[in-house]
Order: sequence, then C-alpha cells, then structure tokens
Amino acid sequence: MHLILFIVFAGFCLAGAVNLLLQTHPINSALSLIVVMTSLAVLYLLLGAEFLAAAQVIVYAGAIMVLFTFVVMLLNAGREERTRGSRAARAVGFPAVVVILAVMATVILYAQGLGVSSVRDGITSTEELSAVLFTRLLLPFEVTSVLILIAILGAVSLARPGNGEPQGGADLQSGADPEGSVERTGGK
Amino acid sequence: MSSLLWEEVPISWFLLLSAALFSLGVLGFLIKRNLITVFMSIELMLNGVNLSFVTFAHQWHTVKGQIFVFFVMVVAAAEAAVGLAIIIAVFRARATLAVDRIDLMKL
Repeated sequence: MHLILFIVFAGFCLAGAVNLLLQTHPINSALSLIVVMTSLAVLYLLLGAEFLAAAQVIVYAGAIMVLFTFVVMLLNAGREERTRGSRAARAVGFPAVVVILAVMATVILYAQGLGVSSVRDGITSTEELSAVLFTRLLLPFEVTSVLILIAILGAVSLARPGNGEPQGGADLQSGADPEGSVERTGGK
Repeated sequence: MSSLLWEEVPISWFLLLSAALFSLGVLGFLIKRNLITVFMSIELMLNGVNLSFVTFAHQWHTVKGQIFVFFVMVVAAAEAAVGLAIIIAVFRARATLAVDRIDLMKL
C-alpha cells in the first residue's frame, strides 16, 4: 500500500512538474503546480509529517497558488512566446542542470544506510512539533511573524498605483509610451 | 514477505524524486519566458528541497527537519507576496510579462 501510494503520487508529482514546463499558458502551469504540491502533501503523510501535509495543502496549494492565479488573471497573462533564451542559459545553465542531477543521483544511489520508510514507523504528531516550536524555537517563530508583517507592508507599498514607474520614468524607458506614464503620474 | 515488500519505500526514492523536482525547477527557470512561470519554477525548487528535509527528518527520527520546512513555508509565503507585488509593479511600468523584454539592466 505504501509503495503503491508512493509510485502513484510521485508519478503525479513528476507529471505535474514536466507539464509546468511544457504548458505555454501561465494558468495551465499554475494548475500543474497545484497538482505537484497536493501530491507532495500525500508524500509528506507517507513520511509521517502530518502537520506539514496539512500546511502544504493550506499554505502552498491554497494561499500561495491562489495568489499566483489571482495575479495571472489580474495581469491577463497570455500565451508566452517561445524565444531562444539567453546564451548564458544555453552555455552554462543546461549543462549545470544535468551535472546537478547526475551528482545528486549518484550520491543518493551510493549512500549507505539510508533505510526504508515503512508503515510501522510512527507519524510525528503536531504535539511533538509544537512542543519544540513553542519552547526552544519560540524566538525564531516570533521573528517570522515580524517577517510576514514586513512582507505585507512591502507588498502593499510595491503594488500601490503609481509605484511602478519611477519619477524619471519617461527618460528611463524611452521606447515605452511617455504620455501614458506621465498621465498616470499626474493622476496620483 | 511479499506483504512486507509493499509496505516499505526506500528512502533513496524520496531523495531522487526531490532531486528530480529541483532539477525540473532549475530547468523551468531557464527555459520559461514568462515572469510568472519563472516565479512558479522557483516555488517548484523550494518544494523539492522541502521534500528532502522531510525525508531526512524521517530518516533520523527528529522533528528539526520538519521545523525547517515550516520556516521555509513561511518564507516562501512572504516571498510569493513580495515577488508578485514586484511583478505587478513591473507589468505596470513595462506593460509586458516576457522576460526578454524586461532588459533594462542587460549589458
């Protein structure tokens, strides 16, 4: 049962990730990413991480992906055009990807004593997790709340109208219509 | 014995899946030409790394790895909010999402 679940959801995961690369429309890529994240939640459950499985569905597949689909719809993102990409990506990037994957696969396959994940292993309860999180790691936990607050403030100030173009926006972007940006800056 | 076989998954398979997800994320970062999809590839890489954290936490029977994943999720949420706000600001300034056209800093 464990093995079947792993094979099915690892397959979903890889299929979703490959589909993310193959799709040209951003909304299809976003939906593929949701498939990947939900399958990962099942894999977390197989590894006994019940809290993280729930958090994966709620935070990643829920909150973050809603934000992504919202932005895709807000900006009316259309089909992406396929270009040849940069020379640096072709010369360094693709060999680097192959090397990274090869090195990691070799290390993992030759690693000794990795063992197996079995149904008999207990799951880490939320209680154990929170006992550590709220005693020994209380300060980092509180600091993340400050981080979230700063992120909210940053997102609001960045996305506010009239912030996209700098003051000297017209001469920075000589090609893009200067009338439009002047008009929008004036309307502020 | 055969029933035991079905109940166990080698840890290395999880790690291989994690490595594959990370590599697909890097590949997506390189080949995708849409700003939002490039950002999604970064999320894919984060998820690949999270999977190996959870796997190692399981391997060594400790909760530290899971707590690390918790913090990665928090940072990813903050990063998504700020990053998408930047994308909206860029779209407002340049009226495009194609990464080839956002080349103000290109040499």
